[in-house]
Amino acid sequence: MAQLTRRSAKLLEPISAAVSATRHLTTSSTSPITVETSLPFTGHKIDPPSRSVETTPQELLTFFRDMALMRRMEIAADSLYKAKLIRGFCHLYDGQEAVSVGMEAAITKKDCIITAYRDHCIFLGRGGTLFETFAELMGRKDGCSKGKGGSMHFYKKDSGFYGGHGIVGAQVPLGIGLSFAQKYNKDENVTFAMYGDGAANQGQLFEALNMAALWDLPSILVCENNHYGMGTAEWRSAKSPSYFKRGDYAPGLKVDGMDALAVKQACKFAKEHALKNGPIILEMDTYRYHGHSMSDPGSTYRTRDEISGVRQERDPIERIRKLIISHDLATEKELKDTEKEVRKEVDEAIAKAKESPLPDASELFTNVHVKGFGVEAFGADRKELRAVLP
Amino acid sequence: MLKNLRRAVGAIPFMRNPALASRSYSVSVKQMMVREALNSALDEEMSADPTVFLMGEEVGEYQGAYKAGFTGLGVGAAYYGLKPVIEFMTFNFAMQGVDHIINSAAKTNYMSSGNINVPIVFRGPNGPAAGVGAQHSQCYASWYGAIPGLKVVSPYSSEDARGLLKAAIRDPDPVVFLENELLYGESFPVSKQVLDSDFTIPIGKAKIEKEGNDVSIVSFSRMVGFSLKAAEILAKDGIDAEVINLRSIRPLDRSTVNASVRKTNRLVTVEEGFPQHGVGAEICASVVSDSFGYLDAPVERIAGADVPMPYAANLEIIALPQVDDIVRAAKRACYRSVPLSATR
Repeated sequence: MAQLTRRSAKLLEPISAAVSATRHLTTSSTSPITVETSLPFTGHKIDPPSRSVETTPQELLTFFRDMALMRRMEIAADSLYKAKLIRGFCHLYDGQEAVSVGMEAAITKKDCIITAYRDHCIFLGRGGTLFETFAELMGRKDGCSKGKGGSMHFYKKDSGFYGGHGIVGAQVPLGIGLSFAQKYNKDENVTFAMYGDGAANQGQLFEALNMAALWDLPSILVCENNHYGMGTAEWRSAKSPSYFKRGDYAPGLKVDGMDALAVKQACKFAKEHALKNGPIILEMDTYRYHGHSMSDPGSTYRTRDEISGVRQERDPIERIRKLIISHDLATEKELKDTEKEVRKEVDEAIAKAKESPLPDASELFTNVHVKGFGVEAFGADRKELRAVLP
Repeated sequence: MLKNLRRAVGAIPFMRNPALASRSYSVSVKQMMVREALNSALDEEMSADPTVFLMGEEVGEYQGAYKAGFTGLGVGAAYYGLKPVIEFMTFNFAMQGVDHIINSAAKTNYMSSGNINVPIVFRGPNGPAAGVGAQHSQCYASWYGAIPGLKVVSPYSSEDARGLLKAAIRDPDPVVFLENELLYGESFPVSKQVLDSDFTIPIGKAKIEKEGNDVSIVSFSRMVGFSLKAAEILAKDGIDAEVINLRSIRPLDRSTVNASVRKTNRLVTVEEGFPQHGVGAEICASVVSDSFGYLDAPVERIAGADVPMPYAANLEIIALPQVDDIVRAAKRACYRSVPLSATR
């Protein structure tokens, strides 16, 4: 709430700002509101949580702003890719923002998140900045991985974000390993290991889930089911597309992944469960507007009507917008202004990132090891380019 | 379950055996089997540092084979800050988890620009055993040795085993620790220094097992023993071989190897793995690149035969390097042998 009034003061309409300031001062920003999720949860071997979610005006406005920021960031990344400033792989998350913001609202930075390559928004949710995101995407030295990782390799260990992984499905056993370490250290925290419907059939997932269940690890497996594994629709790829049931002996919950409040409720529920009882699977029913990556137009295996239909009926940002307006927490105009601010923030971050230089050539040889023992490493012509690994 | 994992090492009877009080006299040198060397190193490191834990196939109790699963789990635990020692029944099985060794472990410190390091050890028997056939006999030294971000070591003696395993566990980077099943039961003398709980061997440094002047024989793991036997035979023919135990495949101790070849002017490499793109090929390239003028003869390479490992006992013998092969190659390098015969 304080955020909005502060920003309102910068706007060029002092009258409306004054009006909005007075109106909102009468509403406490942390006074609880109860909202029903769009759909009930479906449980597998577990009683699902209630559809009534406690939230606050502040939380809803934060959801709106954060999702608008993520949406804007991903769309800007699309343009940067087409302008050839981003190279290689670029997998965009627009449409799925509710999963990231809902999850963050339910957990702390001591809980861990690990995901695959569609990681820009998750990184932002964990506390990454726009500047280091764009700088990394453009391969500049101020990127979060100093330009050496790229789109699929964002990390932020101090906030419990463990990447950013390019090999489909690998992040699930890694995530179970994180929860193993949490239990080993008696940390009372959980790990959310995220994967897609495309990865859901992988053998290593079931090996890792088995170990998590055997040892009651605090693991939450989150299947972001956007219904397409690259170009393969769910019905063509899985005999049983009820991903929340695939854990068999492990309980599961099916969640409307386009409803940030439902996601928050599910993650809160899952965290409590996992700390006491071991692994649980959350299937987030979500959707991506872009294709699998920037080299996929996304329209050869699904219709444009389907995409625009989801955008009209289920868009996560629109849902929160309607909620905010219907509860009289902000006006249509204020929300549009927020979107403008967010767009400006993104544009400024991009401009700043474009100024960031490429990494120094000597960075080719850094961070190969933590301890390099002074050993030699070679470039393409070993007589021309060699370095000592510190 | 977790306790079992930590206590997975097994008893180390000799350490507590009063009959071996001779250890306290500095004069007498203990004999220790490689198996005991490894177990004692593990036990000591686990006792000293509670973040070190052991996990693997058939560790603790007969537990089960979820290779891709537990390899990934181990790497994830290392991301978080624990120090896993992941044990494969053999490195042949590790192929099912190799994505985690390479893509999740080896490359992460680089991709994250130092944000996430991976202090993990992958250990297990590597290379041929006896009669275990084609799918259970491959040597992976050259495959893992090619990967930047990995450290790869392969001990020969008990001293190597203790020192390298301790160094590997203490190392903040991923280490592939290639053991040899047939060496587990072999005994080697170990000094008091080796028995100290802080004894480590630097990774990346080779050891000159026997000094010599006429020809350099470079190998690792079990083949070091064969090379030493070959050196004894060569000595009888007046050839003074220098035997180098690489100890580390990556980093490779190029300077020790090159210094040796600059002294002897002749080189024989020995390994059990397949010849093409093998460890010997890299050593040869290194010497040709850095010490070309010092070579008086072509580099000789002794390696496993270029075939999947056969089962029949006689075929297995000729599929692997034997002492005679090393002797013959050394003599060739010294221009002392009979002409080559390709059809025998």
